[in-house]
Amino acid sequence: MRYLPLDDADRADMLAKIGVKAIDDLFADVPNAKLLKSLPPLAKTQSEIAVEREIGRLSARNVSAGSVPFFVGAGAYRHHVPASVDHLIQRSEFLTSYTPYQPEITQGTLQYLFEFQSQVALLTGMDVANASMYDGSTACGEAVLMAHRITRRKKAVLSGGLHPHYRAVTETLAKWGDTAVAELPPDPQGKEDAAAAIDGETSCVVVQYPSVYGSIRDLKPIADAAHAKGALLVVVVTEVVALGALKSPGDMGADIVVCEGQSIGNGLNFGGPYVGLFATREKFVRQMPGRLAGETVDAEGKRGYVLTLSTREQHIRREKATSNICTNSGLCALAFTIHMTLLGEAGLRKLAALNHANACDLAERLGKVKGVSVLNDTFFNEFTIRVPGKAADVIEKLAERHILGGVPVSRLEPDHPELADLILVASTEINTDDDRAAFAAALKEVL
Amino acid sequence: MAMNTQGRPTAPGTATIAEIQTFTGNRGLDHEEPLIFEIGDTGRTGVDLPAAPKAKSRLGGLERSAEIGLPGLTEPETMRHYVRLSRKNYAIDSGLYPLGSCTMKHNPRLNEKMARLPGIGDIHPLQPQSTVQGAIQLMETLARYLMELTGMPAVALSPKAGAHGELCGMLAIKAAHEAKGSKRDVVLVPDSAHGTNPATAAFMGYRVKSIPAMADGTVSAEAVKAALGPDVAAIMLTNPNTCGLFEREIVEIAKVVHEAGAYFYCDGANFNAIVGKVRPGDLGVDAMHINLHKTFSTPHGGGGPGAGPVVLSAALAPYAPLPFIRKDGDKLTLVEDVSEAGDAAPFGRLTAFHGQMGMYVRALTYMLSHGSDGMRQASEDAVLSANYIRASLKDLMSQPFGGPTGDRPCMHEVLFDDTWLKDTGVTTLDFAKAMIDEGYHPMTMYFPLVVHGAMLIEPTESESKQSLDQFIGTLRFLANEARHGNDKSRFKEAPMLSPRRRLDETKAAREPRLRWRPAAAKAAAE
Repeated sequence: MRYLPLDDADRADMLAKIGVKAIDDLFADVPNAKLLKSLPPLAKTQSEIAVEREIGRLSARNVSAGSVPFFVGAGAYRHHVPASVDHLIQRSEFLTSYTPYQPEITQGTLQYLFEFQSQVALLTGMDVANASMYDGSTACGEAVLMAHRITRRKKAVLSGGLHPHYRAVTETLAKWGDTAVAELPPDPQGKEDAAAAIDGETSCVVVQYPSVYGSIRDLKPIADAAHAKGALLVVVVTEVVALGALKSPGDMGADIVVCEGQSIGNGLNFGGPYVGLFATREKFVRQMPGRLAGETVDAEGKRGYVLTLSTREQHIRREKATSNICTNSGLCALAFTIHMTLLGEAGLRKLAALNHANACDLAERLGKVKGVSVLNDTFFNEFTIRVPGKAADVIEKLAERHILGGVPVSRLEPDHPELADLILVASTEINTDDDRAAFAAALKEVL
Repeated sequence: MAMNTQGRPTAPGTATIAEIQTFTGNRGLDHEEPLIFEIGDTGRTGVDLPAAPKAKSRLGGLERSAEIGLPGLTEPETMRHYVRLSRKNYAIDSGLYPLGSCTMKHNPRLNEKMARLPGIGDIHPLQPQSTVQGAIQLMETLARYLMELTGMPAVALSPKAGAHGELCGMLAIKAAHEAKGSKRDVVLVPDSAHGTNPATAAFMGYRVKSIPAMADGTVSAEAVKAALGPDVAAIMLTNPNTCGLFEREIVEIAKVVHEAGAYFYCDGANFNAIVGKVRPGDLGVDAMHINLHKTFSTPHGGGGPGAGPVVLSAALAPYAPLPFIRKDGDKLTLVEDVSEAGDAAPFGRLTAFHGQMGMYVRALTYMLSHGSDGMRQASEDAVLSANYIRASLKDLMSQPFGGPTGDRPCMHEVLFDDTWLKDTGVTTLDFAKAMIDEGYHPMTMYFPLVVHGAMLIEPTESESKQSLDQFIGTLRFLANEARHGNDKSRFKEAPMLSPRRRLDETKAAREPRLRWRPAAAKAAAE
């Protein structure tokens, strides 16, 4: 076995040193009747060539995003990630290190986390950000729980523009944690009045920016309405590139901002691993979940970084912790921070402008297809179209023509037949003119 | 001084000064590296995107106008920044990483290669399922392996980490109780548990009742029975436990738990000790999370991402969260909504999309590479290596549960306490920090909490005998120095040779600086 350095001679020597005869003597505490007498009925060890072939076969059965004109978004986006990002995150010292609990020998991880937190705070327009969460959806659930703790109230209002999976995650936590959610109906037009749903029991109102249907609304009025009733505004961003073009949620009065950070530095990976961004106001930092890197000095007075404010966390506080979260999404956060450093402000703004221009072009082309209408007045790089008939069938027919044309809303909202003719369509910098032309032509064909 | 004929010295002279202050602050290969905010600027970039064509903005008048303040670097500067940072990190690839309960085993690079195949890494979670049958097949295969290795009939793949898996398992338990109309609000947790266990239980509104361990470091069925009652929903027990011991009364514990109408949640953090040796399902476990980043070698990545699939007993299987896989002949479907769940009663959804595919493929690659024989061998080697360390140090370092002669076998990690350091002036922390100067990452310290000055050593199966012997030699040297040496500065001052000396954690917590700020803003804030 190529991964196991011990050989039988070593094992015999070691058993002798331990003073036992056989390896099973070391398993003496296992009830004898339960000790397996034979190997599990699974394949035996295989060579690197054989394993590569087997996984390769599974991979080959999937249509990869890069092999076709690709317009799927709805919370996960295909962007170009510079080659250097993947090279750097595979450095052994990043890839194979643990959580930086020994700061003297993990300054590399701690410094990039500190830089990551700084970038996230700037991007969201907030005071502080943590060292990342599992993903955007779990960050959203945690943001609601944090709002409950801060306001000592237990009801969250969820916008109808919030990604249905995010809503489901938040609902799951609420349902089993004895808190309440007030859900507004799906809002493909971006016209809802979320402020009207806020009352004296409301801990927070959760809105997505841009919404899952793509529309963009000023958050200031909803922030003011929430604050007037003692509630917080939680803003969810699932396409973080949008913040390169749009006013930050912090500028418009958000109290907690959570994002899916996948778009920067991270591939699609069939849904994970991704990286949740979590930012808030300074005054709420002690109610924040997750790890935080902070600046300090060492015994010689040199600047260094440590994990800090850990009295919020489970390994210290146990049942009194702000969350049970332990892991963050370190390596994905590293990919994010490297890509963001490569972009810089100039690159990020250019990237955002390119996304928007591509989406504008696509909206125009699709809008010209007979029977198709674009629902949105406003959007960034994703918008909603209405097609005659069932959107899911249209998407399947497009896939047969080797075009991945977006997400039918029925996949996210199967209980809403009135939305069954809607498709979420995204266009990022990876799409070419030819891709968009091919999409419009194929859509015309299948309708 | 030895020189060649060109006058170039070919051997080092005798050092006359131990410590020099360099002009740069760098120390040879260890470079001082400023923050990106101090070396980059907002106009610089390392990407070359084309300019966007002019288009009428559809942003609704919410364009960002003010500067964000994000610094950029060119590609060479970026490479240098992160390579320099990387060199300040300890890593499995650079040395033995004996963190107990963390299973810092080798991360095969084939795993990384497979995760980057276009049909794995470059597929979208919401593209039509007809275009990702291979991906769902991969998930299904991983699920089958996990069920086989644990002897459990069902698995929820989507939890994103161990603690997320705990939440998943405990939610399934809560849902099962609810379905029976039973309102139970207490969860039993031993004192030695990981902090995530009580945190998870409390997170869900349960009251946590702790159970003491016996003098031998394990939990007795009797103690569990005494704590059980009609209000107890579940027990959360780690096995092998955090003291590195197999819970020998586990079968009886499961029995009394079930008799009381409660469920048995097992923390599977230490599964690496028993793969192919014993199946949790045969012991009476109802739910157990598996840290793919521990037992199945997906990289720890400096603190994530992880993955924490949860295997479930028949009693809990119907409550598994969305999405789950349905097999219909050759066709595989990911069931994503409760309206399609049929007879199942999923408790809800834990995350957007389908979980950590990137980790599934790495874990499955590990499983296929090792095979059933290799996985069992890995567990045996992990246990053998931990016991070899125990046997080699038992005369110098005290074990809280080692028995009178220190000969009681442990599982894949060995636990020492600080009794042997009494009156030396050296603490567990000092001892651990001295290991850093010797080129080792310290072991897990001060955990489990029930043991004073705990040192928990988990070598994993990835170390050669030479490596283990060098580690043992180092610890023996340090232990002798701690006990008998005259100069304790190697402990008190340690680490002296790392990129940073001990850091002031009190200052960090009292004056939190959690982000970079421009100099002016910084001055104003202070």
